[in-house]
Amino acid sequence: MKLGFTPEEEAFRAEAVAWLQAELSGPFADLRGITSLTAAPDRRRAWERRLGEARWGCIGWPEAYGGRDATLAEQVIFAEEYARAGAPPRLNHIGVELAGPTILAFGSDEQKARLLPPIARGEQLWCQGYSEPNAGSDLANVRTRAWRDGGDWVIEGQKVWTSLAQFSDWIFVVARTEPGSKGPKGLSFLLVPIDQPGVTVRPIRQITGDAEFNETFFDGARTAAANILGEPGQGWQVAMALLGFERGVSTLAQQMGFRNELDAVIRAAKTNGAARDPLIRQRIAKAEIGLRLMRYGALRMLSGGTGGAVEAAALTYKIQWASWRRSLGELAIDVLGIAGEIGEGADYGFGELSTLFLYSRADTIYGGTNQIQRNIIAERALGLPREPRGDIG
Amino acid sequence: MRFSFSDEQAMIAETVRSFFAEQATSERTRAAMETAHGHDAELWRSAAQELGLVGLALPEEYGGSGLGQIESAIVAEAAGHQVAALPLLSTALAVRALVAGGTADQRAHWLPKLASGEVIGSYGEGGRIDGGRLHGRIDHVPHGAVAELFVIAADGGVALLSRDAAVVTPCTSMDQTRPYARIDADGAAVELLADGPAAIDAAMRAGWIALAADALGGAQACLDRTVAYAKERVQFGRAIGSFQAIKHRLADMMVEIEQTRSAVYWAACAADEGAPDALLAAHAAKALAADTYRFCAGNMIQLHGGIGFTWEHDAHLFFKRAQSDATLLGTPEWHRERIAVLVGLDGTCLDEAA
Repeated sequence: MKLGFTPEEEAFRAEAVAWLQAELSGPFADLRGITSLTAAPDRRRAWERRLGEARWGCIGWPEAYGGRDATLAEQVIFAEEYARAGAPPRLNHIGVELAGPTILAFGSDEQKARLLPPIARGEQLWCQGYSEPNAGSDLANVRTRAWRDGGDWVIEGQKVWTSLAQFSDWIFVVARTEPGSKGPKGLSFLLVPIDQPGVTVRPIRQITGDAEFNETFFDGARTAAANILGEPGQGWQVAMALLGFERGVSTLAQQMGFRNELDAVIRAAKTNGAARDPLIRQRIAKAEIGLRLMRYGALRMLSGGTGGAVEAAALTYKIQWASWRRSLGELAIDVLGIAGEIGEGADYGFGELSTLFLYSRADTIYGGTNQIQRNIIAERALGLPREPRGDIG
Repeated sequence: MRFSFSDEQAMIAETVRSFFAEQATSERTRAAMETAHGHDAELWRSAAQELGLVGLALPEEYGGSGLGQIESAIVAEAAGHQVAALPLLSTALAVRALVAGGTADQRAHWLPKLASGEVIGSYGEGGRIDGGRLHGRIDHVPHGAVAELFVIAADGGVALLSRDAAVVTPCTSMDQTRPYARIDADGAAVELLADGPAAIDAAMRAGWIALAADALGGAQACLDRTVAYAKERVQFGRAIGSFQAIKHRLADMMVEIEQTRSAVYWAACAADEGAPDALLAAHAAKALAADTYRFCAGNMIQLHGGIGFTWEHDAHLFFKRAQSDATLLGTPEWHRERIAVLVGLDGTCLDEAA
């Protein structure tokens, strides 16, 4: 067990820090410190391309597809330094963290060669089409249909909570391709270009006033037959594997972003005197402990290989960080007091910490609610009996 | 960077887990509890002599194995999983204090005896040292009734006290597997350590991690046993573990335990590597592990229903040990307050307004 890094790894860190420093103090200085997922999309698109050009976009990928074959330690280091430098959230995080790894795992050689390099170069942005109005927590209850028409798949239906679809070029869609099938059976995993007449993206305004996610409608949308990942009917297995990639190295980048948020809360508490309140001090200390442990939890998962115990432990990660961040949001608004409830302009827009308070209510819902997470932990990690189901008996 | 056990550490973990599971049975622990010393002498002998667990982290020149805090945590976790009635913690405190602050003679004389299990050590705070004599009363000395050598942090210095130089009285302690004793020293002769502050610092840091590891093992045992019960116990025609009201509590226990596991091994690793955040890590581990253990032991009783409240069931052993782990060497609130200071929240923070 070793937490320190080798001199070679520290040299890699220095290279990453120097590059990030140069770019974020120079041509991309305007992006430093941005935390909103919807801010400055054009500039952040340019930033994605710059990352790709310098081959920092997807460093864990094979070199053949535009990556660096980076070791785990190097990926950890880059993720941490990226966030520490105040670099903006990745506009293409779905492409980089989810679509890419899934294509790597399930794609044919042709699909990998065609689809991965544009992601690595920061040229094609991706979003995801999983949830539907009737398939939220019950993710397999998919009604979007697709069928073959000559050399194409044709798609009808609606997806919801499609984050960043308004900026994306591609969407992956879980669709029912076997009429009459139920639940996880008969689904296929389709890759669909967004910019076509059959796709309509409509932003949904959310609790923060911002509109980061969308409803996406498919009305005779088409994609080439070659754009299916895995076999027809295998979509559920692909979709589930994809969710597994959510617990990769990106958790470390996320944790460093949280570091910046907690630091902002601490600064605010020192500035307005809230830090003298013993209960606020306890809450800040709890937040500090929880934050540190996200890092070490992630490092355990990443270091653990395929040991069953580590994989079971990894199932606890979502509920851990989501609950942590929701508490941080509550702490932030309590530290600010009434001042935190006053907006900055005529628009319904608030400061970073007030927005955090509102935004963090989503954390314990998306990607599987805390309640669903508890079921997953109880059934898969602890081996408890399944809850009886009404729909499939 | 590799935050998982080495092959050797995995082997040690496997060995100590099965050792304590086989030896520190409920029957043995309960027999030791009845003695008011909370000490399973036979288990202590095999742990120290056959497995060398007591001297694991001691330098080899003193009869130890020269391993680190990670290995010590592995042992404490395995012992905690069985609520073993052993003076592991109290001896570790004395050993750490001696290594860090003892004179060469004191170390050479006592450490091999402590490592072999021949002498049981403990640690207490209180009293006053004046001209090589200790005066006053020292309360709450863990496993004091079986210890023969005490490190006492008193006003005026940190010193070694032999059992026969003072009057030691066993206390009726809530946790009978780690009972306290009281020392009355009416001018007992003591031997000062060379560096008192270093001794206290080393003992505390190691003690916090040891208690956190004990709590981790205990909390895991609470979860394991309650999960097994929830799969067996049938009510309303279903195993109670199929009800979400039960499942969700068990899931929450696992979430807390896995964070605690990260905390304990981060703290141990940071201590071994001399990392800059080692102190913060130790406070974090102690605070979180104590809360987790109390949470899990409390849930263990609740989810077992009436049987969990009986003396016959082991739940109360865990519940009482959890409280002891929380209280000893600083409450969770105290440790979090230390963390608040470490992250820059001093009392007069208004001056620092940015």
